Amino acid sequence: MMLNASLKDLSDMLAARKVSSVELTQTFLKRIDELNPSLNAFITVDTEKSLAQARAADERIAAGKAEQLTGIPFAQKDIFCARDWLSTCGSKMLANFSAPYDAHVIEQFNRAGAVNLGKTNMDEFAMGSSNETSFFGKVKNPWDVSRVPGGSSGGSAAAVAARLCPAATGTDTGGSIRQPAALVGITGLKPTYGTVSRYGMIAFASSLDQAGPMARSAEDCALMLNVMAGFDSRDSTSLEREKEDYTRDLNQPLKGLKIGLPREYFAEGLSADVARAVEAALAEYRKLGAETVEISLPNTRLSIPVYYVLAPAEASSNLARYDGVRYGYRAPEYGDLTDMYQKSRAQGFGAEVKRRIMIGTYVLSAGYYDAYYIQAQKLRRLIAQDFEAAFRQCDVIMGPTSPSTAFRLGEKSDDPVSMYLSDIYTIAVNLAGLPGMSVPCGLGDNGLPVGLQIVGNYFAEARMLNVAHQYQLATDWHTRMPEGI
Amino acid sequence: MQWEVVIGLETHAQLNTVSKIFSGAATAYGAEPNTQACAVDLALPGVLPVFNRAAAEKAVRFGLAVGARINRKSVFERKNYFYPDLPKGYQTTQLELPIVAEGGTLRIQVPSTGSGQSYEKDIRITRAHMEEDAGKSLHEDFHGMTGIDLNRAGTPLIEIVTEPDMRSSAEAVAYAKALHSLVRWIGICDGNMQEGSFRCDANVSVRVKGTDKLGTRCEIKNLNSFKFLEKAIEYEIRRQIELIEDGGRVVQETRLYDPDRDETRSMRSKEEANDYRYFPDPDLLPLVVSDAYIENVRGTLPELPQAKRERFISEYSLPAYDAGVLTSARELADYFEATAKALGGEAKLAANWIMGDLSAALNKEGKDIVDSPISSVRLAGLLKRILDNTISGKIAKEVFAAMWNGEGEADTVIEAKGLKQVSDSGAIEKIIDEIIAANPGQVAEYRSGKDKLFGFFVGQAMKASKGKANPAQLNEILKQKLAG
Repeated sequence: MMLNASLKDLSDMLAARKVSSVELTQTFLKRIDELNPSLNAFITVDTEKSLAQARAADERIAAGKAEQLTGIPFAQKDIFCARDWLSTCGSKMLANFSAPYDAHVIEQFNRAGAVNLGKTNMDEFAMGSSNETSFFGKVKNPWDVSRVPGGSSGGSAAAVAARLCPAATGTDTGGSIRQPAALVGITGLKPTYGTVSRYGMIAFASSLDQAGPMARSAEDCALMLNVMAGFDSRDSTSLEREKEDYTRDLNQPLKGLKIGLPREYFAEGLSADVARAVEAALAEYRKLGAETVEISLPNTRLSIPVYYVLAPAEASSNLARYDGVRYGYRAPEYGDLTDMYQKSRAQGFGAEVKRRIMIGTYVLSAGYYDAYYIQAQKLRRLIAQDFEAAFRQCDVIMGPTSPSTAFRLGEKSDDPVSMYLSDIYTIAVNLAGLPGMSVPCGLGDNGLPVGLQIVGNYFAEARMLNVAHQYQLATDWHTRMPEGI
Repeated sequence: MQWEVVIGLETHAQLNTVSKIFSGAATAYGAEPNTQACAVDLALPGVLPVFNRAAAEKAVRFGLAVGARINRKSVFERKNYFYPDLPKGYQTTQLELPIVAEGGTLRIQVPSTGSGQSYEKDIRITRAHMEEDAGKSLHEDFHGMTGIDLNRAGTPLIEIVTEPDMRSSAEAVAYAKALHSLVRWIGICDGNMQEGSFRCDANVSVRVKGTDKLGTRCEIKNLNSFKFLEKAIEYEIRRQIELIEDGGRVVQETRLYDPDRDETRSMRSKEEANDYRYFPDPDLLPLVVSDAYIENVRGTLPELPQAKRERFISEYSLPAYDAGVLTSARELADYFEATAKALGGEAKLAANWIMGDLSAALNKEGKDIVDSPISSVRLAGLLKRILDNTISGKIAKEVFAAMWNGEGEADTVIEAKGLKQVSDSGAIEKIIDEIIAANPGQVAEYRSGKDKLFGFFVGQAMKASKGKANPAQLNEILKQKLAG
């Protein structure tokens, strides 16, 4: 019963002392022990550390000082630095790295009295859409272990779907929360850029990276975002806004909601089974009183090339600090300084990371900067303007999160472009800095989950969560779980 | 062939903020290695820069002081290259939009030389931008390995770039000195050159006199004394002229000056130069300053050296040279003005004493004007006694020495040592009579036309009065008596 309980239920059970945080934590640790060997969703599990936090949470509950998430265990993507834990970012480069500080997100969960259940697997430095680039091995999709869970937050996604944790954190640079959420049938939210501080979150592409919740329902996501969001002076791109309660609008009726359907999201390249599930979800929304309007996001087609200039450009610079000098991996044998750099980085980074560092270095080089980087920045503005125009016609935008259901392990690993195309519907949202969600909305031909993407205007998270929650009250797709798990 | 030298300078001045430009770590000099480097300075994973606005205030002060346009929006960019003392693998700096834009000028005084008169010249400031310093690589004491000290990493710098307006090493040195004085004057840099707080890169080229096209330049890096700046430029000019006259060509490159051998050596050529792959730093927002902010900073600027120099000339009737020397540092100018005010006129006398005896005494003990054992008020007290004939200029030097040694103010010293000038004509006559009586031979020679001996009698009489005789009175009486 505890495995399927919502965060709100867990919170109530803890408050009523029907279960202790230690019991709850032990339940999930046992589950990880049993299932993680086949799923590989976690990089680091530390029973003692988790249980110490659980004991502290129980004391806090006993002292009557509990907050809503006190005592609830959460899995943390291994991109977030956590004091005394390894923070590897899925890379050999940081396989031995332990930060002397907590990321803002970790700090916020700690402050709320939550338990860190472990650090989840991910694509190396969050670069990937299938969780196959991790130095710590591929993560398997709990619905079908021959398939990918999506990426880069694939470990968190698989862990939530397989009930190895009640909920988890993720990060989303081009779809890394929403796409895996869709592929494993859970609910994930990427907030407006600047909503959750990036402090202590290992950088991939600074202008796109954003942390968010991955859970089994919109309501759970809202409760987590209440903890994660908020101004942090240590991140210059953190937005200084009033703290808000993201659950406040959950129960608003949807009558009169205007849903924009981008023509470009229902075109060539979209699998028929995904299209069917999304159409069915839209029909459900009409039943709930919403109306749909066709809109156009004409520059969406440019979002992949733009993203694969800007994100690698920033990454090539962000990852320059991993040079073997101060921490992290250093080649065991080398000649001079340049040789030490070259060998340490050649051995410490995987193929996809190296590919993106090279692309990024190339597009920033003298003679290419204007043609690639500057041009991409201009197009980025056009893509954002598309959304600006669209939101004059509708309240939220809906469409598929991913063009297909989960693909097979290895299916796209030798074809980076086809892999990059699996983020076609999510990337533009990051380029515009908008909030985006994925909500389970059906099963495809092969019985695999399909995700509905909901995109809102800046700071429309509460409204989006309301839109998703009302759908989840009317349907049960979000409660489906993989068989045999 | 007549050659013309063309020089532009890039100066790195360390902004004297308490903490670093993008982190909260302290900037104080001389701490144990790596004790002033926090997670941001070490570039640990996930940490982020936060701009220290105190650095912007200091950069804006500079821009306003040289009359440059201030960019209302400036942008930090990343300059990417690998080096062990550059933890992030990039330096955060400003390229396309620096905080201080064009329009600035700095007036320099080029001192006279054997062949030329002293003159003034305006050097145009192209731009000035903020950036972070790197750490230090320590190549000694590690048995073939390199030590890294990141205490300096992230220290705020302002890089001040000139147009190629200087035509000699003397002009370059005069500019560097004027700039050094200005940054301290407006309180943005401690100017400590030994500690690396102020260092210059010189771009040097030569061309045939009368031609317009600039020659190929070489950049000499990291000159941290005025002497090295001068010598490095002098060497480089000779090297380039000799090279061209021997049929060679100057290659654009970066060179280093070796003070031990007094020569510059090639560090890297243009072809070997890094491609720095600059792009706007996505971790930092553009820096926006409002008009109100700029006006607020302007309101806190002190009177600037040039304005003060001109005022000293007009208000105190000082020669241009004196005004220039006295405005070389703000504290010196303040000292002069306080002395002159306390004296109530005769500012030239105050200038002479400050530039002469006081400066000599300070230099001898390596003291700064603010540490002078004799305050401006006390110096004025001494000078008053010269003006009212209580003591002679010569006795004043003795009083000054006693004051320097802490024996009290001028009147106390004069009283205690009995140095009051003798202006009683009877007493002076008595002394002169004795001298004349004791030196009949010299008196005879003088009277027979050897006028030069007058000085001898003055000296004898002064000596007899222990220097206290009023010199004017002494001269007059001596003349009468010798005339017989």
